[in-house]
Amino acid sequence: MPQTVVLVGTRKGCFVLESDGDRRDWKLRGPYCEGWPIYHAVHDSGSGAIYAAGASEWHGSGIWRSTDLGETWEVSSEGLGYANGDQKLSKVSGLTAAHGRILAGAENPGIFESRDGGVTWSLLTTIEGHPAREAWNDPANQPPGHLGVPAMLPDPDESSRFWAIVQGIGIFETTDDGATWTPRNRGLRADWPLEDPEIGYCVHKLVMSPVDRQRMYQQNHVGMHRSDDGGLSWVEITDGLPTEFGFAAAAHPHDRDTFYVVPLDPGHGRFMPDGKAAVWRTRDAGSSWQRLDRGLPQEDAYLGVLREGMAIDSYDSPGLYFGTSTGQLFASSDEGDSWTEIASYLPAISSVEVAVIA
Amino acid sequence: MAELHLPGTLVPLFRELPRRIDIDAATVDEAINRLDERWPGVRDRLCESGALLRPHIHVYVDRERAALDTALAAHSRVDVVAAISGG
Repeated sequence: MPQTVVLVGTRKGCFVLESDGDRRDWKLRGPYCEGWPIYHAVHDSGSGAIYAAGASEWHGSGIWRSTDLGETWEVSSEGLGYANGDQKLSKVSGLTAAHGRILAGAENPGIFESRDGGVTWSLLTTIEGHPAREAWNDPANQPPGHLGVPAMLPDPDESSRFWAIVQGIGIFETTDDGATWTPRNRGLRADWPLEDPEIGYCVHKLVMSPVDRQRMYQQNHVGMHRSDDGGLSWVEITDGLPTEFGFAAAAHPHDRDTFYVVPLDPGHGRFMPDGKAAVWRTRDAGSSWQRLDRGLPQEDAYLGVLREGMAIDSYDSPGLYFGTSTGQLFASSDEGDSWTEIASYLPAISSVEVAVIA
Repeated sequence: MAELHLPGTLVPLFRELPRRIDIDAATVDEAINRLDERWPGVRDRLCESGALLRPHIHVYVDRERAALDTALAAHSRVDVVAAISGG
């Protein structure tokens, strides 16, 4: 019987939920990582290790690792820093494990890698090369909050090829392991003036279909978008959704045309519209959308879901999971048709990832 | 030997790091380096790059607020405090 493991990064540590392949009964463990705010926790299917990016208010940023599914942990920040005094590493957030290494996105914009299981880290790239790169660190050009690399999307086959999101700037692709970068934002919408039409886009979440590497989806600050050519160009698929805004997104593991999003109010609230919780699904690559709310609260439910707050597993009937910024964790074992609340009182949830372990 | 008292938030991050330890050092900076030699990574948990204490790490030498270059006397008491940082 396979084991289903859900990793939950919260404002007060990392939690682990376990179930079997039926995904009906869940056992919760944690909090781990000494209660540090954890921005993203991932499972490396290659090594079986868990990695969790966090930052202590007192002790700075670090990446936790566990080789026993969360029973014991160690933290390292060795090599996580910029030699250049002008750049300060204020946070590590998005993690990606692929091709025998772990990538960590950072603020200010940079990507670090570890090839020894998270014991030591080294700077891979600061995404240099684009003519406008020097202006990114100008506070006047930064989005509210911080500017960083919140996520990387690996190519499943080519280890030196991956995509990186820079907050408020857009998507960049490298095919030479970070030596050079190409903006991949053609066709995206921006509701603000752009000095350079290649950049200035607010990409929240980028996912690739596991069965078609040319098919990508993204939740943008302004709209949902689809690419059929591996990110070279984008078309908007927002029509039929209640809002154009959201953070989380998930691609179906077996069907290239099925994709999930969690639309949110785009104003200051950034919660699900009208206090009614719902995930939305397309089965036709964004031509139409279906509201999925069976089992989700439909009254006074002002729930927010962040960038890494939704995950999908790889079973024949895929399960979905999303965590809220008020600490509820919901799960579906039938592709989103119905939902169950599997944890109710966690700290604010930053990330949800799922692994199926044979 | 200076008598170091470390914050409870630091101790669980390093195997067998005690809350209280005697260190032979001339300055706060040197004391932290001595700790880092025995428990690699301690310095990074207390200091930022550029040789500054992290913003919410406060150090007191004999009950006076101190910096990395503060000198230690033979029997100084050094309190390293994780300052209040919200809920």
